[in-house]
Amino acid sequence: MRMNLPAFARDPRFSWVGMVLVAVALVALPFVVGGGFGNSWMRVVDSALLYIMLSLGLNIVVGFAGLLDLGYIAFYAVGAYLYALLASPQFGLHLPFWVILPLGAAVAGMFGVILGAPTLRLRGDYLAIVTLGFGEIVRIFLNNLDAPVNVTNGPQGIAQIDPVRIGGAALSKSQQWFGLTVPSVYLYYYLFVVLTLLVIFVTVRLEDSRIGRAWVAIREDEVAAKACGIDTRNIKLLAFAMGASFGGLSGGLFAGFQQFVSPESFSLLESIMVLCMVVLGGMGHIPGVILGGVLLAVLPEVLRSGAGIWQRALFGKILIDPESLRMLLFGLALIAVMLYRPAGLWPEARRRREMAAAGEAPGKRA
Amino acid sequence: MDIFIQQIINGLVLGSIYALVALGYTMVYGIMGLINFAHGEVVMIGALTSLSIIKLLAGTSLPGPVVVLIGLAGAIPVCMALGFTIERVAYRPLRAAPRLAPLITAIGVSIVLQQVGMLIWGRNYHAFPGLLPTTPRHILGAQITDLQVLIVVLAALIMAALILLVNTTRIGRAMRATAENPDIAGLMGVDVNQIISITFVIGSALAAVAGVMVSANYSIAHYYMGFILGLKAFTAAVLGGIGNMGGAMLGGVLLGLIESLGAGYIGDLTGGFLGSNYQDVFAFFVLILVLVFRPSGLMGEKLAERA
Repeated sequence: MRMNLPAFARDPRFSWVGMVLVAVALVALPFVVGGGFGNSWMRVVDSALLYIMLSLGLNIVVGFAGLLDLGYIAFYAVGAYLYALLASPQFGLHLPFWVILPLGAAVAGMFGVILGAPTLRLRGDYLAIVTLGFGEIVRIFLNNLDAPVNVTNGPQGIAQIDPVRIGGAALSKSQQWFGLTVPSVYLYYYLFVVLTLLVIFVTVRLEDSRIGRAWVAIREDEVAAKACGIDTRNIKLLAFAMGASFGGLSGGLFAGFQQFVSPESFSLLESIMVLCMVVLGGMGHIPGVILGGVLLAVLPEVLRSGAGIWQRALFGKILIDPESLRMLLFGLALIAVMLYRPAGLWPEARRRREMAAAGEAPGKRA
Repeated sequence: MDIFIQQIINGLVLGSIYALVALGYTMVYGIMGLINFAHGEVVMIGALTSLSIIKLLAGTSLPGPVVVLIGLAGAIPVCMALGFTIERVAYRPLRAAPRLAPLITAIGVSIVLQQVGMLIWGRNYHAFPGLLPTTPRHILGAQITDLQVLIVVLAALIMAALILLVNTTRIGRAMRATAENPDIAGLMGVDVNQIISITFVIGSALAAVAGVMVSANYSIAHYYMGFILGLKAFTAAVLGGIGNMGGAMLGGVLLGLIESLGAGYIGDLTGGFLGSNYQDVFAFFVLILVLVFRPSGLMGEKLAERA
């Protein structure tokens, strides 16, 4: 199995030691972060995990198959609203999460096919704008489907969503484990870690499969891929469906975690954010995408809390509104990273070679 | 019937503005194959810059239209400089990079400009002073203001001038050659970098004009106005066939008409089920339909599938 790990990690003696170390680190992380910095930072970690799942899903569409999707957040919205409708007082339904999550993934996957089918003939930027339009359509419907029949409760969103329950224990309340009080954010963290690992496993295996190679072939040259006997139509639809179902899955988790959804969480900016994670990390390269997800989920929060403090320390007063400074720095970071590492922070080995083979180092060209 | 004509008029006004912005997208796309996501923010900067100038001069004894004209004249060079800088800083170094890299820097520039706009002009909505005559004229039972007439006429004049520029001048020929194939244009003695800069500068000047028009038309300006306007204009450019200047004009006007007619009639069409708040859905839905049947837009060339 080619996993693009650093050389020492490919040694079998190290690989299981490494896995044990990673497992210990993942189990211990909430106690370090939550204990050291407070539970609000654990919330950030939880949402970072959701973003990792999202960006891995989008990576299938954009990174593997090379289909630029600017409306990806719509699938997240579908998953979240499905959970919200099936487990809240809105319709008086209270289905358990293990029924809703797969259902949400499946429905989102279906939406992926609905979006994919008419857009198969489109290329590049035309596809981008259609997916963008699709994302906006979904959001506008969520915003307005409170009349004449109240389905989504409009801009107010749906509140009082059931928390995720496992074995009768609600994850929204602290639990006692072996005399330890484990807060809700830790519990969600463990659930999200398990599911994130599952998503990583699925995408890694997909990448190395016949389907994954077909996606890459389509990305590199669709006509040649077709000539090689790849059923480009079905394989592209499959990319949309798989990517969308991951979005639906994380959407459901988001709804259970927040216990509140509103159309505001699914704006175009969110789609762009997830796309930035994929591209910034290194398109098509799973460890890179994970890195991008972590960085872009955590960095704005660090800036949010730091922007005010640093200004006070430097100038003795707040010169620029921290919220706006945060976005300003975020935008500048996007530009800087792309200028100096156009293939992403941690690109695929193959892509790195391509960039090097292009002759001139990018960024130096007049 | 008078509602129909009123919506057509509103659609034409809105469509002319979309068309001007869409031209900026389509010219850049035609030459570089890049979605200049920051273009909407250039419109915003143009609108707010002119607004500041206009507010400064509104107290003086100068007549209203002159003040607006000075505001416009002040906003155009600011936007031109901005467009030039954006291309220099964020796009030029990435010409050889993977296709999505400049898209991300474009998004970055867009975020930065939005925040700069907010820092300079604040979070509030700014009212555009009513300096232009807005007395309605009645045509066939519908109303049209002098301002609206002015917007449509000015937009049409600018577009005609642009067509002349591209089709008859030396610079225009160089632009078309660069769009066709930058490398070969370079071999023929075209300074490709210069042409790309010129394209950005022209597009940004159009954006400034559109910014003033849109804020005068709705009498409001805001640091966030560029985003949705840019989105609509880009949609218009794609609708017409991106990279094609005639297509951008057609797409802009069509999108304006579709939106205002859609907003006016969607309630009747669906028996009151969908209201005018679905206006945007209508626009995007038409876009998707058009692209399904004509994947390269209304006036886009049919390209052979290339490797």
